[in-house]
Amino acid sequence: MFRQFGLDEFLMLLGGLQWTSGLTVLAFGGSFGLGLLLLMARVARFRVLRWAASGCIQTVQGTPLLGLLFLAFFALPLFGWDVSRWVAATVALSIYGSAFLADIWRGAVAAVPFGQWEASAALGLTRWRQLRLVVLPQAFAIAIPPTVGFLVQLIKNTSLASVIGVVELSREAQLVNGATFAPFLVYGCVCLLYFVLCYPLTAWSRVLEARLAR
Amino acid sequence: MTYTFRFAPVFSRIDQMLDGLVLTLWLTAIVIVAGFTLGVAGALAARARAAWLRAAVRCYVEAIRNTPLLAQLFFIYFGLPGLGLRLDAIPAGLIALTVNLGAYTTEIVRGGIDAVPRGQVDAGTALGLTPVQVFFLIVLKPALKTMFPALASQFTLLMLSSSLLSQIGVTELFHMASLIDSATYRSFEVYAVVCGFYLALALAFRLLFAAIYRLAFTAP
Repeated sequence: MFRQFGLDEFLMLLGGLQWTSGLTVLAFGGSFGLGLLLLMARVARFRVLRWAASGCIQTVQGTPLLGLLFLAFFALPLFGWDVSRWVAATVALSIYGSAFLADIWRGAVAAVPFGQWEASAALGLTRWRQLRLVVLPQAFAIAIPPTVGFLVQLIKNTSLASVIGVVELSREAQLVNGATFAPFLVYGCVCLLYFVLCYPLTAWSRVLEARLAR
Repeated sequence: MTYTFRFAPVFSRIDQMLDGLVLTLWLTAIVIVAGFTLGVAGALAARARAAWLRAAVRCYVEAIRNTPLLAQLFFIYFGLPGLGLRLDAIPAGLIALTVNLGAYTTEIVRGGIDAVPRGQVDAGTALGLTPVQVFFLIVLKPALKTMFPALASQFTLLMLSSSLLSQIGVTELFHMASLIDSATYRSFEVYAVVCGFYLALALAFRLLFAAIYRLAFTAP
C-alpha cells in the first residue's frame, strides 16, 4: 500500500529544499573563488594567461553540466581522493559556475573606461593594485545584477546533482514519489518550491538592474 | 595515481555514440524551430492589447525561468500521467525543451523588438504596408540581427541541456554514454569522450551561427 501524500511528505520536500540551498551556497562560494582567479587571468597582462583563461571558459561553457558532474564523480577517485557525492557535486558546480561568473565579470571590467586603467598606471600603481583599488570597485557595481541573476541559474542547476545521488530537492522528490506514487502532486510541489526560492532573487536582480540604469 | 586509462573499449563502441549524436542533433533542430516559433508568438502576445494575454505571457516566462529544466521534465514525464496525460519519452522531452526554450526566447525576442525605433513602424504603415508585412520586414528582420548573438548562445545551451533527456530514457548522446559505461565499466573514459563530443558540437554550432550571421545580415 502506498503512503498518502500529506504534511510529512511535504516536510520531507522542504528538507530537500534546505539541502538544495546548502549545495547552492557551497557551489556559489566555489564559483566565486575560482571565478575570481579566472577573471584575474582573463585580464592579465600576459597574453598566454589570457588565452589560457579564455580557453578554460570556452571549454567549460561547451560541456554539459551533466558531463562535468559525472567527470568529477569518477575522476576525483582516480587521484586517490575518495570523495563523497557532495564534494563531487560541489567541485563540478564550482567549475561550471566559475566559467560563467568570470565571463560576466569580464564584461563588467570591460565596461569600466580604459582611461581608468591608464590613469591609475600613471599614478604608479602596480597592475594588481590598479585592478583592486580602481577597476574592480567600479566593475563591482555593474556586476552585481547579473551575478544575482546567475545565482538563480546555479540554484536551478543544483537539481542535476540528484543524478549522481546527492539528496537535495529533486532527489528527495524521486524518493517521496516512490513512496506515495502521487507524481503530479510531488513534482508540482517541487516546481513550486524551486519557484519560491528563485523568484525573489530574480525580482531582486531586476530591481538592482533598474537602479543601476537610473 | 595508479589508474590505467583504457579508451579502447569505449572507442570500439563509438558507433553507438554516433547514433546518440544523430538523435541529439535531431532533437536540437526540432526544438530550435518549435521553441523559436513559440518565442516569437510569446513576444507578440507580450505586446498584445489584451491585458490578460500579457499577464499570461508574464506568468509563463516567470514560471519557466524560475524552475529547473530537470523539474519541468519530470513534471511533464512523470507528473502529467497522474492527470491521465501519458506521453512517451521523446515527445515529453521535446515538449519540455520547447516550452523551456520558448520562455527564454520570448524574453530575447521581446528585447530585440523593443530596440526597433517606433518611427520605422510608423513609416512602414505610412507607406501602406499591411501590419503583417510591417512585422516581418520592418520589425523582425532588423530585430533578428540585434538578438542573433543571444539567440545563438541560447540555442547552444539548449543543445547541451538536451543531455537531460537521458534521465527519462531518451537514447540521445548522453544516454548512450551511460549505456556504454554500464557495458564497459570505463566510467571516466566514457564521460571524457562524451564531453569531447559535446565540446565539438558546441564549437560546430558557434562556427555555424557565425556563418549564418555573415550570410544573412551582412550587406553584400
